[in-house]
Amino acid sequence: MTDMASLMEDRAAAKVISDNLRKPVDWDSPKIARNIKKRYAAERRFKMYGLVAIGIALLALCMLATSIGSKGYSAFYQTYVQLEVHFDPAVIDPDGTGDPAVIGRANFDGLIKQSLRDRFPDVTSRSDKRDLYGIVSGGASYDLRERVLENPSLIGQTRTIWLISGDDFDMLNKGYIDPTVAEGDRRLNDQEVSWYNELVEAGAVEKQFHTRFFTSGDSREPELAGIWGAAVGSFYTLLVTLALSFPIGVLAAVYLEEFAPKNRFTQIVEVNINNLAAVPSIVFGLLGLEVYLNVMHLPRSAPVVGGLTLALMTLPTIIIASRAAIKAVPPSIRQAALGLGASPVQTVTHHVLPLAMPGILTGTIIGMAQALGETAPLLMIGMVAFIVDIPGGALDPATVLPVQIYLWADSPERAFVEKTSAAIMVLLAFLVLMNGLAVYLRKKFERKW
Amino acid sequence: MSLSFLLLAVAALCALSFYFGRQRAVALSGGRHSNLHSLPVHYGAYTAAWCGLPALALLLIWYMFQGSVIEALIVSDLPQEILEDSGRLSLALNSISLIAAGNGQHLSVEPEIVDAGRRLANIQTIASAALVVVMLSGAVLGLSLSYRKITADMRARNNIERIARYVMIACSAIAILSTVGIVFSLLFEALHFFTKINPLEFLFGLEWSPQTAIRADQVASEGAFGAIPLFVGTLLITLIAMCVAVPIGLFSAVYMGEYASPKFRAIAKPALEILAGVPTVVYGFFAALTVAPFLRDNGAILGLDVSSESALAAGLVMGIMIIPFVSSLSDDVMSQVPKSLRDGSYGLGATKSETIRNVIFPAALPGIVGAVLLAVSRAIGETMIVVMAAGLAANMTANPLQAVTTVTVQIVTLLVGDQEFDSAKTLSAFALGLVLFLVTLGLNVFALKVVQKYREKYD
Repeated sequence: MTDMASLMEDRAAAKVISDNLRKPVDWDSPKIARNIKKRYAAERRFKMYGLVAIGIALLALCMLATSIGSKGYSAFYQTYVQLEVHFDPAVIDPDGTGDPAVIGRANFDGLIKQSLRDRFPDVTSRSDKRDLYGIVSGGASYDLRERVLENPSLIGQTRTIWLISGDDFDMLNKGYIDPTVAEGDRRLNDQEVSWYNELVEAGAVEKQFHTRFFTSGDSREPELAGIWGAAVGSFYTLLVTLALSFPIGVLAAVYLEEFAPKNRFTQIVEVNINNLAAVPSIVFGLLGLEVYLNVMHLPRSAPVVGGLTLALMTLPTIIIASRAAIKAVPPSIRQAALGLGASPVQTVTHHVLPLAMPGILTGTIIGMAQALGETAPLLMIGMVAFIVDIPGGALDPATVLPVQIYLWADSPERAFVEKTSAAIMVLLAFLVLMNGLAVYLRKKFERKW
Repeated sequence: MSLSFLLLAVAALCALSFYFGRQRAVALSGGRHSNLHSLPVHYGAYTAAWCGLPALALLLIWYMFQGSVIEALIVSDLPQEILEDSGRLSLALNSISLIAAGNGQHLSVEPEIVDAGRRLANIQTIASAALVVVMLSGAVLGLSLSYRKITADMRARNNIERIARYVMIACSAIAILSTVGIVFSLLFEALHFFTKINPLEFLFGLEWSPQTAIRADQVASEGAFGAIPLFVGTLLITLIAMCVAVPIGLFSAVYMGEYASPKFRAIAKPALEILAGVPTVVYGFFAALTVAPFLRDNGAILGLDVSSESALAAGLVMGIMIIPFVSSLSDDVMSQVPKSLRDGSYGLGATKSETIRNVIFPAALPGIVGAVLLAVSRAIGETMIVVMAAGLAANMTANPLQAVTTVTVQIVTLLVGDQEFDSAKTLSAFALGLVLFLVTLGLNVFALKVVQKYREKYD
């Protein structure tokens, strides 16, 4: 449209010029001045469009960052409730054996419920009691057990301790549940809010740094869920990816750049690498599902399979970056080595590769960062399972950070929104770290020949 | 013995054989290295390669066939009536592997299956022991054979360099192998699908509802596999994404390349590139939890009925993701335009914007078209944003405010969770994958050709 319009304009202008060529142009005429003014205005407008475009892109980046940050920062803190717990010997260790196995089996949940009932003695009905127990998380009993196992002298005493609270109370304390809206529209009823207010007035509610978020695996309870399991899974997956794609990628790049004759095989390989770099990642997931799981029968959900799939995906990135780095080493280095009697392989291993290594490493780190953020192919090979345990090796079922984010984003509980955002922050922190390392390597070892 | 331990053992054997080979060469040289054809390290590397490579090759071959061989062994012993029903068979195989892993106490299954589970556990133990034996004996055999071959005038360097070359060729061939793997795995399952569903019905059918009955007693419709609604949804979201990404990407490329001061560029360019480095799952979360509610609420204020999983939200966010892709590619293309064209335009008195619009842009147009096509192919294949922010309902609509679904979303929903083999529902995901692969491949090849041609024009 605008092209047509401008073309017409140009034609008209050309006609005016050719008409005017016969007489000398009066450069000071108001017509010319107007024209120049118009052209400069167009110039400024055009420049403005460019600035606006960049502004929109940067604004989107800022919105992304603030949306994640404002939703997620609160996940690093967790509400704790102070309660007086009586470590009743009749419950924990009725026979006084002191045997850790006996203590470990004791009903610590009952202790917490008892102390909640003691704290709010006027709660009597069954459903009210159930609401009351929601103040403290179901995971608090494990903390209590560990505390007693560590220090058995607690048995028989009464202590005031901080217990991790349930997710709804946590949300109320963090202001995500508004107690002023109608009772039916919020997760907590009026009575629960009044308990909360009573506890706050007594100074028995506190936010503490949420270490559990960094140390535990996934959980159905938002307050108990952590990212450590996914982080370990990501680590094993990336380890397998790196162990496969780095040597294979570098060797392929060396071959293609230094040794390959110009023949059909080489040509096919090059076309293939370029195309693989643009294949949608989910197709690699389908490949992994079919080849690794259905044909080779490798274990489902295992980091090995994830790593194998991601290795194929990052291979083109590493090969392309390595080839560029190898190409950047000047031919004079090779000629000098060959002139001194080194064989071609020696020339490459002793001179070209060490000189190209910073570039290769930079490309590899960037490829690994891509692999770390990749989700779709891992969904295909079953790394979406709900896994509580921390994986102990590359063959254990595991999940990875981005998949964990996807799983939490799908969870209905309000408290998982902040967990998701916090997990995204952790993932982004890793990515920034990796990319920063790549930039540092490039800056530090960059060489102008 | 676990796999990592086995690999460590082989690595240790390699180190050992390197030492042996080197020692032997040194001993043969009688103290003077010039008596040897190659350096002692070459002899060491030679024995190490002959120790490690056969073991690794054996491991690879073993793992390629182990699964199917074991399954065939187990299946062959199952009673006939289980074999005939594919649903029962996959269920039986599942419980067998559970029993073999020692997690099958709660299962109530036929005694044959329990037996098969025990046998599977047995076979697995035997297989892993056999693998250890095979790998280690391969390593030791290679070591001893190569060790014996070492003589003072053996051409160890030439040998090891030849091995290195073969290894490098094998590594380069993996690129071909993975393409072949993709094509075959997609084609195999898709052909399987097309024996159940007519390909014409798949490609041109107007209704998509893959929920078929899993068990005979379930009430479900036949299931319809017409993929047109998916293609329409994909195109709609891609179109929205391009409407965002192309103008913003092009204008920011122009501004960065022509107007920006070096200081501005040094800050803005990496900032733009951050957009490309953010994982797609993060964009998906952003689209689903920030952009979609924002659009819905503001649409309600304007009296528009915006679905909470609208195509618009997914498309907008996808467009943002693709901005750096478009801008860096078109920046590349525009900087290829020869300086003489630019100088000619300036010499005639054109302003910068006139030069860009009337000279550089037309000259770079083929390259920019190529760049946009690459961006389109990326948008079509993008998964996480649409999985999280676009819907599952296969609506055939051009209204960006409604929920649509895409090819990638359907692949994910069909394959995540419980799968049964051999059902049209599961197989259709592979057919969709094949279409996706072919379309993106075609777009890429075409776009690369266009860009290449354009480059040649000015080189």
